[in-house]
Amino acid sequence: MYLFIEIQHIDKIYTDKDNNANTVLEDINLEIPKGQFVSILGPSGCGKSTLLSMIAGLTSASSGDIVVDGATVQKPGKDRGMVFQEAALFPWMTVTENVIFPLRKDMNKKQAVERARHFLQMVQLSNYAGHYPHELSGGMQQRVSIARSLAMDPAVLLMDEPFGALDEQTRSRLHGQLEKIWIDTQKTIVFVTHSIQESIKLSDRIVVMGTRPGTVIADIEVDIPRPRDAHKQQVTALEERIMGLLKGEIDKVIDEELAYEARR
Amino acid sequence: MKPAVKRLIFFAALILFWGLGSHFELWHETILPSPFSVWDALAAGFADLTLVYDLVASFRRLLIGLAVSLLIGTALGILLARSKTADDTIGSMVLALQSVPSIIWLPLAMMWFGLGEGAIIFVVILGGTFVMTLNVRTGIKNVNPLYIKAARTMGSNGIDLFWKVIIPASIPYLVTGARLAWAFAWRALMAGELLSAGPGLGYTLRYASDFGNMALVIGVMIIIGVVGAVVDQLIFQRIEKNVLKRWGLES
Repeated sequence: MYLFIEIQHIDKIYTDKDNNANTVLEDINLEIPKGQFVSILGPSGCGKSTLLSMIAGLTSASSGDIVVDGATVQKPGKDRGMVFQEAALFPWMTVTENVIFPLRKDMNKKQAVERARHFLQMVQLSNYAGHYPHELSGGMQQRVSIARSLAMDPAVLLMDEPFGALDEQTRSRLHGQLEKIWIDTQKTIVFVTHSIQESIKLSDRIVVMGTRPGTVIADIEVDIPRPRDAHKQQVTALEERIMGLLKGEIDKVIDEELAYEARR
Repeated sequence: MKPAVKRLIFFAALILFWGLGSHFELWHETILPSPFSVWDALAAGFADLTLVYDLVASFRRLLIGLAVSLLIGTALGILLARSKTADDTIGSMVLALQSVPSIIWLPLAMMWFGLGEGAIIFVVILGGTFVMTLNVRTGIKNVNPLYIKAARTMGSNGIDLFWKVIIPASIPYLVTGARLAWAFAWRALMAGELLSAGPGLGYTLRYASDFGNMALVIGVMIIIGVVGAVVDQLIFQRIEKNVLKRWGLES
């Protein structure tokens, strides 16, 4: 199988003000084949978002290399689309203008608008093309953000807890939409989450990370047929297996989810 | 009751009280002229066009001064936001200059530019520039880092990132800066005109005062206040409100 993303011996060490070295990531090695939907699962502080940010080229590693489609990552690029926890839409632009932002230099305006329409249709927002972000709900904004990333036609879609700030019903609907988009576009997706259920529902493979320092503690192939909602028993069994794997980390995961529930 | 109606009743009551006080001679006409005298003075001033010339002359100075101060202020603000060295050096000087009324520059300005347009416009420019500088600087420094990260993942960097993302993202601060620059420039203009040659609203105010024409003094004061309030509320606050809403900073 063609290895599309190779993460080789990645370390990340922060030095704080008192010159203490904090190891955030230690010797991370991952190989992701083309078209795979991978979740990186772990409690907060395990460095999963830092790892994603490194693939995007927004953060540099202390040592090690990340290779995407044969090229070593040095800086951000349009081959890697990123969806953040917040939609990060530009408020002074309409929905369409936001989606064509990354396309400006690659094609003329008409082509870009046409392309934007296609991807807005994919996230079922073509009726909101002329709206401004502040006129949309959080879930709609996040869908525009996904359309914006897809419009660049990136080789890989990086998603950093993209549904973490949304309510349960919206999140569940967007899971369905994302699964469909993934099947239709066959993109490679690296999806960071702290929710075990979310990772099982969506991904082919779950990379479980432990914390302090961040290391990979398990790499699980998910062979439950889609849609996963129809196979409750297998899902529950896997959920328990991951819970067991995380053991020491689990308190942190639960604490984080409780804090998240409390915030809503 | 609508705020506009409340406001109307308030001002009507104020003028009524003022008129009644003058009518029953609670104060002397030379100390506080009646609203009718003020009205007559204003009507005469507009009829013989002297007040119109004053308004035109004042606005001309204001527009030139404000335009220059917005340009310099924006450029200086960008410089301070982008260069740490400039911020540490020029930035501290701007903070000091901002804290003094710009009219104190008038004696020096008169030495440099003579007692005319140049000196007043110089004072107006100084009045507006620094508040604009500080707002532009803050605006650029406070751009949500998420916008910058997102733009970089979409292939934007350098000059493109600056003009297409950082500057538009700081527009709410730019608008507030422009509003404050207008307010400071308007005050500086009136101070400058009081101390210089005409025509101009400030000059006419002092001229009327020298000749004991208190009705015209109050009339000009009212014009200055009305112009200030109208420009602020009808133009700047409206733009500011729209921008804040669009930028998602206010619901």
